[in-house]
Amino acid sequence: MSTRTATVATQPARRALRKLIGLECKLAIRAPVALVLGVAVPVMLLAIFGESGAFEKRVATTSITYRTEFVPILIGLVLVLIALVALPIPVVNQRESAYLRRLSTTPVAPRWLLTAQLVVDLALAVAAITLIVAGDVLLFGVHAPGQWPGFILAALLATLALFTLGLLVAAIAPTAAAAGAIGTILLYPLLFFAGLWTPRATMSPLMHHISNLTPLGAAVEAMLKAMQGSFPSIGSLGVMATWALLCGLAAVKLFRWE
Amino acid sequence: MMGGDVSCRAADRRVIGRPPTRTPESSALLVEVFGLRKRYGSTVAVEDVSFSVAEGEIFGILGPNGAGKTTTVECVSGLRAPDAGMVQVLGLDPQSDRAVLREHVGVQLQEGALRPLLRVGELVDLFASFYARPANTEELLDLLGLTAKRRAFYRSLSGGQKQRLSVALALVGNPKIAILDELTTGLDPQARRDTWSLIESVRDRGVTILLVTHFMDEAERLCDRVALIDGGRVVATDTPARLAQCEGGGNHLRFQPSEPFDDGLLTRLSEVSELEHQGSRVVVSGSGDLLNAVLHALKEVHVEAHDVQLESATLEDAFVRLTRPTATTVARGDG
Repeated sequence: MSTRTATVATQPARRALRKLIGLECKLAIRAPVALVLGVAVPVMLLAIFGESGAFEKRVATTSITYRTEFVPILIGLVLVLIALVALPIPVVNQRESAYLRRLSTTPVAPRWLLTAQLVVDLALAVAAITLIVAGDVLLFGVHAPGQWPGFILAALLATLALFTLGLLVAAIAPTAAAAGAIGTILLYPLLFFAGLWTPRATMSPLMHHISNLTPLGAAVEAMLKAMQGSFPSIGSLGVMATWALLCGLAAVKLFRWE
Repeated sequence: MMGGDVSCRAADRRVIGRPPTRTPESSALLVEVFGLRKRYGSTVAVEDVSFSVAEGEIFGILGPNGAGKTTTVECVSGLRAPDAGMVQVLGLDPQSDRAVLREHVGVQLQEGALRPLLRVGELVDLFASFYARPANTEELLDLLGLTAKRRAFYRSLSGGQKQRLSVALALVGNPKIAILDELTTGLDPQARRDTWSLIESVRDRGVTILLVTHFMDEAERLCDRVALIDGGRVVATDTPARLAQCEGGGNHLRFQPSEPFDDGLLTRLSEVSELEHQGSRVVVSGSGDLLNAVLHALKEVHVEAHDVQLESATLEDAFVRLTRPTATTVARGDG
């Protein structure tokens, strides 16, 4: 009995996960929120910033051009839009409409659907980050990151911190509308401290300090350092890892399937 | 359905867990519920519910809104853990053996939508991929009349089509038991009738069905047996016909007498339980061969009965009597 139960449980799970991911890809095209917000908008911004001569100027007293500084900021924008807008709203929607509950009456647990959605959103985030870095380097003459492993590690930790934050939003939001509202409220301070409106180098010492403690502020700091050829500081990596850990634990603890 | 051979012996209908008369004694009980109790905070949803469903039956859980029907079947399907009592499905515990049972129990939830931007065919194929031995999806779509809608988005379906798709998804895993909650709520009369024939053909394929409903006609038409639930308790379990006859207050005979007569003439008949004057008309309630007994008695005193109408008791009469606390005692006292 136990062996049969085991095959019954694992065999369809793999087949079902493939099917779930395939359908999530189709849905990503049919309702292209993540595709438009998370990929098209940042790529469009990249084209605008790239073409603008003003971006050759250096940020404050640093040796970094605005164009270089905007590589990690655009990456932060991608992550915020995908993780805080495109990710939580459908998840809460499916809980509201009892679709997750419906799945829990089948042999495939609703966490497989969540997994499939995370896989697709992560793939979109990776694609957008690749487009931004490749576009900047190949088309607009930004120097390729000098410290590739450090850059990838920083981007990875930033992705983890933002995605777990998005899952936490999905966990606590009672309705899809609430998820949208919470995501939007979080979006502005996160992007502000990333330096989207005021470059981090021009922030007051207090603001700069706060920025260092936010997930995106730390992400921009870490990625910029890696682009300039040195390994990111343990401090900025640690801030992102801490956010990822705390948000991840809270999301797991608070997530409701129905 | 409402045959004259219905017997109202109390022993027949009060026994819980008796297999239906049409199934052999040896047939297995696929669902057994005993002393089920479930509360949410201080509200008691289910106080004490016991029933059992035999293989091949269409078993109805009938009751007014808020009676505890949905909570009961949620405990059967493993969606909720009971506070007390025993629930066994296919001999297994829906809580501890949930993984195994999910393969064999198809569930249609009362509420809930699927993903609006998935197509009918995609949803059926997706759910089929969840099961070890799924049904043939083409055949299933055909059975439910959804073949033409294969490429339609879920959000473009009508209420009836969504309901049929929901039934299809409950059946796609080739379940031994299908639990269908408020199957035809919100459907137009034609769609309801279509769904009923569908359920019958599903049963004919060997699926045992646990049906939750608050529609009398649905229970009367489909169910082999029903458990009538009110205030979280089972107030009666029997075939719809016997419930109607035994708990519905029997048949009603309406007529216009040619001249007044003494009420005692009819009330002393064993077939008559009640006599009521409605203007110049007389309504006699009772059971057995009510019509002939009354006409015979009248003829003996040379009274003629005009405009005679005989109405059989319906499940609805039983429902109304049993789910009203005061009426219940009256009905019990009469019987």
